[in-house]
Amino acid sequence: MKTAEFVQDLLKKYPEKTAKKRAGHITVKETTTDETGASSCSSCAVKSNAKSIPGVMTARGCAYAGSKGVVWGPIRDMVHLSHGPVGCGYYSWSTRRNLAQGTPGVDNFVPFQFTSDYQERDIVYGGAQRLEMIGREIRSLFPLAKGISIQSECPVGLIGDDIEASAKKMREELDIDVIPVRCEGFRGVSQSLGHHIANDAIRDHVLGKGTLPDAGPYDVAIIGDYNIGGDAWASRKIIEEMGLRVVSMWSGDGQLETMKVTHLSKLNLIHCYRSMNYIARHMEEAYGIPWMEYNFFGPTKIEASIRAIAKRFDATIQANAEKVIAKHRAEMDAVIAKYRARLDGKSVMLYVGGLRPRHVIGAYEDLGMQITGTGYEFGHADDYQRTLPLVKDGTVIYDDATEHEMEELVKHLKPDLVGAGIKEKYVFQKMGVPFRQMHSWDYSGPYHGYEGFPIFARDMDMAINSPTWKLVKDPFAA
Amino acid sequence: MRQIAIYGKGGIGKSTTTQNLVAGLAEAGKKVMIIGCDPKADSTRLILHAKSQTTVMDLARERGSVEDLELGDVLQIGYRGIRCAESGGPEPGVGCAGRGVITAINFLEENGAYGNDLDFIFYDVLGDVVCGGFAMPIREKKAQEIYIVTSGEMMAMYAANNICKGILKYAMSGGVRLGGLICNSRKVDKELELIAALADKLGTQLIHFVPRDNVVQRAELKRMTVIEYEPGAEQAEEYRQLARKISENKNFVVPTPLTMDELEELLITYGFMDAEEVKAS
Repeated sequence: MKTAEFVQDLLKKYPEKTAKKRAGHITVKETTTDETGASSCSSCAVKSNAKSIPGVMTARGCAYAGSKGVVWGPIRDMVHLSHGPVGCGYYSWSTRRNLAQGTPGVDNFVPFQFTSDYQERDIVYGGAQRLEMIGREIRSLFPLAKGISIQSECPVGLIGDDIEASAKKMREELDIDVIPVRCEGFRGVSQSLGHHIANDAIRDHVLGKGTLPDAGPYDVAIIGDYNIGGDAWASRKIIEEMGLRVVSMWSGDGQLETMKVTHLSKLNLIHCYRSMNYIARHMEEAYGIPWMEYNFFGPTKIEASIRAIAKRFDATIQANAEKVIAKHRAEMDAVIAKYRARLDGKSVMLYVGGLRPRHVIGAYEDLGMQITGTGYEFGHADDYQRTLPLVKDGTVIYDDATEHEMEELVKHLKPDLVGAGIKEKYVFQKMGVPFRQMHSWDYSGPYHGYEGFPIFARDMDMAINSPTWKLVKDPFAA
Repeated sequence: MRQIAIYGKGGIGKSTTTQNLVAGLAEAGKKVMIIGCDPKADSTRLILHAKSQTTVMDLARERGSVEDLELGDVLQIGYRGIRCAESGGPEPGVGCAGRGVITAINFLEENGAYGNDLDFIFYDVLGDVVCGGFAMPIREKKAQEIYIVTSGEMMAMYAANNICKGILKYAMSGGVRLGGLICNSRKVDKELELIAALADKLGTQLIHFVPRDNVVQRAELKRMTVIEYEPGAEQAEEYRQLARKISENKNFVVPTPLTMDELEELLITYGFMDAEEVKAS
């Protein structure tokens, strides 16, 4: 059966209303060329950023997950307080592998979980007093914490607690930054709104507050690399090898003080466009700082990105860029030589979050693999516009995919590898399909930069060519 | 045991009316309890001769949580053995008073405040039903009868009609029924006819017309019901009548709320709007 027909069939399993809604979120890329030779893609529009349909088991998170879990959580020298009942904080503790420097509990609070542990009386009487008490405790127990972010859970918004007033009072009393973030989970359709809210809080409470006495022409900021398994460190090495100076890097391994000088950077380098485009656009408008996206997955994209970044600077940097590329070329060729033989022609289906559904395509292609399906949990139209040109005709694109759709598509497309998250992992492994977690890198990483590609290639090979699969016997086979 | 909730527009005299009619029931030998469902905690002042100092939520806040309370800490006995409890809650503008009502009622219920020996439990509920918390008293297994206190003033009638819409919702999912309107007179023109007509449109009855009498204010200043303060007063007799009518009431209905147009039409029919318009011009 042709894939487009299969997708139509897939939707028939839903109730009529659901089928109609889901139809707009799945497409199979198909470009047509008219007699003048101009090509067009009528199937390239994908509906996105819409409310999930109840009962379909979406993989999405909430606004709190977007703010606390993604944007604020990795900033290492601050305490991020999950403000509300204990569950949201506890169950989001250490769920992302944001590595950070420093001594845990002294100047690095990323491994910790702080909660205001709302009780019934806090709901009835409001949590202001408890919040202030917690602020004082943090100040005395963790004197090197540079600030506190208050990450609102749903009840805080429901009862209308004035956390802005509390934050102001605490700032004066404690003499550190206290930043209220209105990221109540019921806001928006996914974690995406939480990213935006978190960006706005950075805009209002962090940006523009620092000074950079030795500002130079090569100052850049790395924004939106969350340092999963050390990704940001691997990326930073390339930027620095190019002769650029990273004055600020966040939020992976981020520090509050350097975040405050981001507005003095000469160029903002955006890794995760989805979660940080808001702040990049703000700095462009308010401070005139240009920004660009880059992609450090796999040598092809790394080289293209190095050259694109260098183009924004002078001949010195451009010359450095070529040196960096030349320096690593042999090493990359060796990786490809080693793994391409084992992975060539293998197919991959992806279903991930902010940028990886498109950013990792190049890295797989460097290894001779092809993408047969990809999609975003919480993408917007601009993400799909950036993705469709990168995939070949016949590739299935799915937005906020449901478990039914993923399972059926995997059965139909029979990929050699599925790359998604922990919620999907065991479903597909039990189906006998090799799987890699593309949110957390499965306890591995980094995957970014020259340092990351050999690890990426090794991990994909390990998953696909593991002898384990040959040993698994189908217990239901006759 | 009958559980009864009293609703009505803020300031209409719900607490005064409830306490006076409860005093009337107690005088007739009934065993009654009042649960104040208002953070202001003034639903039992006339029975206890003082504002309750130990509300469920305030005490729970002081001790840590509601689990740290004993029933005896919050249940107080007033005039003629009437049991009193107040939910309590935050000052205006903070927290969630509705949640306070839910927590307090659950506490009282779980701890056996609703003894089997009671004839009546009255819930005196804050102004309008602004959120789920204030509808708690009319949820399943709680008050099955509602009386709405109103007057002939337009906004009071408007609120009464809105409350009927709320009752309609709970009547469909549970067994709550409207027992009638209590008119707490503000001496509006043709008030008796107007409220009788409103009751009729709502499919219920005007169970009693309580006339305006300054003795109520004098008794309140002494923190007493009229029945206790001046048992021989005509007004005391009115409250006794109300108590008797509620005690004997068998007329329980699912209300039929009016549209805004119907409500305005009612006011025009009784000349109220016309009179106002004439005054205005």
